[in-house]
Amino acid sequence: MDKRMTASEAVAQIEDGMTVGIGGWGPRRKPMALVREILRSDVKDLTVVAYGGADVGMLCAAGRVRKLVFAFVSLDFIPLEPYFRQARQSGGLEVMEIDEGMMLLGLRAAAWGLPFIPTEVGLGTDIITHNPEIKLIDSPYDDKEWVAMPALKLDVSLIHADRADARGVCQIAGPDHYMDDWFARAATTTLVSCDELVDSEYFHSPEQARHVHWERAATSGVIPIPGGAHPSSCSPLYGFDVPHFKAYAASAKEGGIQSYLDSYLGADEAEYQSRVGGLDAIRSIELPTY
Amino acid sequence: MTEYSLAELCIVAASEAFNDDGEVLATGIGVIPRLAASLAMKTSNTDLMMTDSEAFMLSEPNPLGKRDADFEQANESWMGFSRIFDNVWSGKRHAMLGPTQIDRFGQTNTSALGGSYAQPKVMMLGARGFPGNSISHPNSFFVPDHNPRVFMEGECDFVSSVGYNPDRLPRGHQLSDIDIRRVITNLCVMDFGGPDYQIRLRSLHPGVTVEQVQENTGYPVFVPDDVPQTTAPTAEQLAVIAALDPHNQRALQIRGNPPGVPAAGEAQ
Repeated sequence: MDKRMTASEAVAQIEDGMTVGIGGWGPRRKPMALVREILRSDVKDLTVVAYGGADVGMLCAAGRVRKLVFAFVSLDFIPLEPYFRQARQSGGLEVMEIDEGMMLLGLRAAAWGLPFIPTEVGLGTDIITHNPEIKLIDSPYDDKEWVAMPALKLDVSLIHADRADARGVCQIAGPDHYMDDWFARAATTTLVSCDELVDSEYFHSPEQARHVHWERAATSGVIPIPGGAHPSSCSPLYGFDVPHFKAYAASAKEGGIQSYLDSYLGADEAEYQSRVGGLDAIRSIELPTY
Repeated sequence: MTEYSLAELCIVAASEAFNDDGEVLATGIGVIPRLAASLAMKTSNTDLMMTDSEAFMLSEPNPLGKRDADFEQANESWMGFSRIFDNVWSGKRHAMLGPTQIDRFGQTNTSALGGSYAQPKVMMLGARGFPGNSISHPNSFFVPDHNPRVFMEGECDFVSSVGYNPDRLPRGHQLSDIDIRRVITNLCVMDFGGPDYQIRLRSLHPGVTVEQVQENTGYPVFVPDDVPQTTAPTAEQLAVIAALDPHNQRALQIRGNPPGVPAAGEAQ
């Protein structure tokens, strides 16, 4: 099966009101080219589930998010994501704020077809107070109360991988695949952009196959977009773009998201990349030191 | 006498929180907590485990900041973020973090400040991993600017982590299940060892008075009869800290980078 498609074909599968999971973590390996394609479309009223970075900030600022399921939104070196803060502080954003690990459990429950997974995470905190849809339950085995973390079922997941083949075998060669395997499994449709399209033979080497974290049956579409994680990182290929994130954050103080989009978004990814210095410039961005 | 900065005093005081932990993952978020955990791993508790803040466990802590091109970190295993939760929920971890608010119960806030929850006046990071950390394993806090906005009157605007609050105690749990270890600030070291888990002064930094701590805390601090001065760093500890922090990031953590012992006539 050939799952290759373009970014616009991929985003055409996202309908108004859908629940969309976004892989990566903060400013790291976000499917930003697919997020930009959403910004070029007129899709709206999304429920977004993410370990959030600028993906969440941009979609919120552009008015595409009805509800956000999150544990944090951060650009790491800029700890507080400026457009996410504006969205929260203007009061227009419905939220389901949960613990990082609860999000993992919710994705696992969805992937495994379970209605919930019991946990003690969230007990005693305002996670429970502010999320009436998260129920406390009795255990058949002890006298304690437990949080029943509901399944976070996703209509669509967007993920960026280092490499993929046309059949949807996806490789994340960087140090961490974060929760992307669970985003892939929790979604009805999983759309994966990749920095490099490879032949299936590439994975014959056990060294390469070891960095494939979900089966191809969980991948619905493969969208080859070299540099497609920019301005987030795609370690080991490139780091995150510090000056670009600074300019993005500055736009939240002056000019607003429209000025940022006018400056960078362009009509397609080729135009975006020419505006940020080209693929070679993206690929030469130094990896961060933690 | 060896000269040291207030930041270095705090690093040493904070490192003591890990002394008796045994073999657990020490997670220090921020420069001073990370140096504290690293100092403990290098000196007082060499059984501690630590990550590279990315995806590998280390058998030796990494120095902070940019490292030489030929630097090789001492990996001992892969430890991606999903696996961190396997460790967190097993309880074999002690985290030291810097929340925005800490109330009298030791509950903390890292999320919505002021206004309403639907429309906070100031939105911070979000709950992050605080709910899970607080119910799963021991936690300590570092506060670089001890003031009544951090140690606030009343309850946190948003409770990210559980504390010793009887009204929020989950059914079937005991207050003694909650394990808040130390609170290290630019003024003092505290814990929740007072009567009924009241916050308690453990030691005062040089030049700091009990009154100063109380004035800067929005709720009563339990003061034992005998409050010692925070133990000064040794020359050996200072050398280890300097090696772990070659770019001197610690100098930027407390406003003005004051000395550990204030000059005669100056308050801390």
